[in-house]
Amino acid sequence: MTAQPLLDVHDLTVEFTTRRGIVKAVQHVNISVAKGETLGIVGESGSGKSVTSYAVMRILDRAGRIAEGSVMFSGIDVKAASENEMRDLRGREISMIFQNPRAALNPIRKVGDQIEDVLRQHVQSAASDRGEKAIEALEQVKIARPRERYHAYPFELSGGMCQRVVIALALACNPQLLIADEPTTGLDVTTQKAVMDLIVELTKRRHMSTILITHDLGLAAAYCDRVVVMEKGRVVETANSADIFAKPEHAYTKKLMRATPRLGVSLRDLLPEEEVLASPRTRGEHRPPSAAVLKERRGEASAMARSAAGERDSPRSGLAEAAPHPDPLRASSARLDPAKGGEREQPLLLVEKLVKEYPRQGASAVLSKLFSRKPPVEAEVFRAVDGISFTVGHGESVGLVGESGCGKSTTSTMVMRLLDQSSGRIVFDGEEIGAILPQAFARLPLRKSIQMVFQDPTDSLNPRFTAARAIADPLLQLGDIRGRDALRARCEELAGLVGLPVNLLDRFPHQLSGGQKARVGIARAIALHPKLVILDEPTAALDVSVQAVVLNLLQDLKASMGMSYLFVSHDLNVVRLLCDRVIVMRAGRIVEQGPSERVLGDPQDAYTKELLTAIPHPPLPVH
Amino acid sequence: MLTMIGKRLMFAIPSLIGVVIVTFLLTRALPGDPAAYFAGPAASKEAIEQIRKKLGFDKPLIEQFFRYTNDLAHGDFGNSLTTGQPVATEIRNRLPASAELTLLGLIVSITIAIPLGVLAATRPGSWIDHLCRVTTTAGVSLPVFFTGLVLVYVFYFRLGWSPAPLGRLDVFYSAPPTVTGLYLIDALIAREFETFRSALSQLILPAATLGIFSLAPIARMTRASMLAVLASDFVRTARASGLSPSTVIVTYAFRNAMLPVITTLSMVFSFLLGANVLVEKVFAWPGIGSYAVEALISSDFAPVQGFVLTMAVMYVLLNLFIDILYGVIDPRVRLEG
Repeated sequence: MTAQPLLDVHDLTVEFTTRRGIVKAVQHVNISVAKGETLGIVGESGSGKSVTSYAVMRILDRAGRIAEGSVMFSGIDVKAASENEMRDLRGREISMIFQNPRAALNPIRKVGDQIEDVLRQHVQSAASDRGEKAIEALEQVKIARPRERYHAYPFELSGGMCQRVVIALALACNPQLLIADEPTTGLDVTTQKAVMDLIVELTKRRHMSTILITHDLGLAAAYCDRVVVMEKGRVVETANSADIFAKPEHAYTKKLMRATPRLGVSLRDLLPEEEVLASPRTRGEHRPPSAAVLKERRGEASAMARSAAGERDSPRSGLAEAAPHPDPLRASSARLDPAKGGEREQPLLLVEKLVKEYPRQGASAVLSKLFSRKPPVEAEVFRAVDGISFTVGHGESVGLVGESGCGKSTTSTMVMRLLDQSSGRIVFDGEEIGAILPQAFARLPLRKSIQMVFQDPTDSLNPRFTAARAIADPLLQLGDIRGRDALRARCEELAGLVGLPVNLLDRFPHQLSGGQKARVGIARAIALHPKLVILDEPTAALDVSVQAVVLNLLQDLKASMGMSYLFVSHDLNVVRLLCDRVIVMRAGRIVEQGPSERVLGDPQDAYTKELLTAIPHPPLPVH
Repeated sequence: MLTMIGKRLMFAIPSLIGVVIVTFLLTRALPGDPAAYFAGPAASKEAIEQIRKKLGFDKPLIEQFFRYTNDLAHGDFGNSLTTGQPVATEIRNRLPASAELTLLGLIVSITIAIPLGVLAATRPGSWIDHLCRVTTTAGVSLPVFFTGLVLVYVFYFRLGWSPAPLGRLDVFYSAPPTVTGLYLIDALIAREFETFRSALSQLILPAATLGIFSLAPIARMTRASMLAVLASDFVRTARASGLSPSTVIVTYAFRNAMLPVITTLSMVFSFLLGANVLVEKVFAWPGIGSYAVEALISSDFAPVQGFVLTMAVMYVLLNLFIDILYGVIDPRVRLEG
């Protein structure tokens, strides 16, 4: 390609002035985008991929500045351009779409007005037909009933719909370059596919260039012509996307690709080679099998024995597949015959016809009922969870998957006894816990047995607690360890179990990395030797390489402590790796459940199939 | 919208009933015997007893309460013991004086504080940010009676620019015909521009005193809330779409930043309305605050009850107004109404 590139970033260095001196977020980066090309910038958090794009648009915040290098956009020197020239460029020539579409729109302004603001700024139409233009822009991004949606506020639209509005906003003035900064992070896979397909369709039709910034290699591979891999502010590799996945050159690219969950690999394959070799030894070192662990192991073994002996359980064949597997590391595809599987020992967790209903109109409906004579228009209730039944066996890990709003989090919260169910039974370890009110459950000894690891490692830690204090919290509430030294010793033991260096125990959450915070959250959850741990998207906020390590840690802990996992996630690739069995939920109901290999390898339900096909895959596995 | 207003007013009824009961009981629990006070220091026991009977204090508390609520229902707030005037009339005369003063004070402080806060937020670390910090700190740390006295000293005593701080109007003018009770507006309606000028010149100093005091919370809140909104994602989107700085700041940032500022405004307003006794005292302003304090000192319970009840009603109305304003600005609030 000899033609002049549309965008040419040459030797770009961006500096940020912070309290601790100047930080170079991006160093000597070279990127070029040809007309009509789609370029992917891939990297983990802190790699400088977003900063690079902000520098291109010159919307760095006050502390940041372009220190070195040049940014040329179709003959215009972005670094030297005046603020007025830049303003004409932004939105008209270069547009940007962002992560978290709902927050990217002004919450108190109609979406149509927001599109009109951009049209007005860039004098794209006369005042008289601006409204029509805005509606047309909404039509382009395939929003149904655009004339009505014009008057909608962002909070009235779904996340995917908001992202479409953001795209409409970005494309309203027919720019030449679109920068999409993690446009689908936080959206469901099917929505992700719809949004990405839309972006590609619209940009191709207009012969636009696109920069797709993402942490997801699969996404970059599926949609980009060329990929730039960034690490710590530097570009480490640039290649055609077909080539880069076939033969990655740089060690970091290889590591990233290895860590990305995909078909046909085990959890261990995600770790960098040297760590796989090193891990059994190091783990053995800081994990003396405590008496408790040994006891748990015995408990697990006896459970297996009992399971083998067999005992009649619920006759439902759907539940019958819940056989604990003797090999917790990899679920083999050789499964019990459903007919035979009915004869088993009681599962650890049995959920039967669980229902959670919410009044459809919210709390204000009650008040309006008091004062208005008219009967409420819609007396119906909304069923977030609609009569679901499943089991979790001893030592088994079960994945609960589905898109946002399918009721998976509601289900896990009810099992956790943080929320009261409307009807149905929850039997845990032979005890009916569904009847215990959530407030009362917190004080029962049974609370110890069900623990949870939360989605956001940062938000789920008290910012004023040190790591040690956070881990000790359940011990102080429910444990029988008393005395400073004993508590400290237990905290250090737990830190060892989760691979958190002991010298980090006195740090506060903001002084820890994402992966370290995740470890603290896990240590806290296993502090009381729970039998069941509910993992609510525990790795969703982590980078892939950290996710690989944390998933392996979870797998090891499960094996050594004999725990069961209920793993709530929307990431089917992760579920495939960690879970023995999968439950697919949609709109409060279970559409399919069974062994992971079977459900994800040979899905029966149309919805499961749809979910699976929506996942973007890197083209080739790495060797 | 109307149903929402109606609903809100209905929700206010229980709290108003509560206010009636509490003020009734509180005024009865006040130290001092109103009958003894009223009878004067030289009165005999029999005379005091007679007055007590006349005022109905010999009846059981519950019967007194029913009489009181019955009177209230007829718009009768009782009579002041010290002045002999009906409380309702006095409050009706004095409330506009306080309202006019507070409103003007608030307008003064809004016109200074909000631009100051916005400018400080858009240029953090600049001279205007420092000015904002100094002004707000000074405003909140100087007590109102002090600023009031300094203003009087400088502008009346030293410079002679403003008239004597003696009430709402210069003695040479008579009050304009009452329409709203606010002299400025009434004078304009009656086209008495001299009266308007006189009323305004009387108002300026006390209003400035109040303005300086209430500047601080409003400016601080504006600055903080603008800073938060300017850092939000949708402002970044607006910038990335190339919108002009004025559109970004006014349409995108300012409207969103207004919500907490309005809450602060309503708090400041309701606080000032009843609490600016010191300013009223310094400027001999015939307001409702000084009326209530005088009544309280002399155990004159009827004006105190009337005052508390009036303030409660004002507070309810003010809150309703703020909620409606919220709904106008934020569509998410409208949904819940």
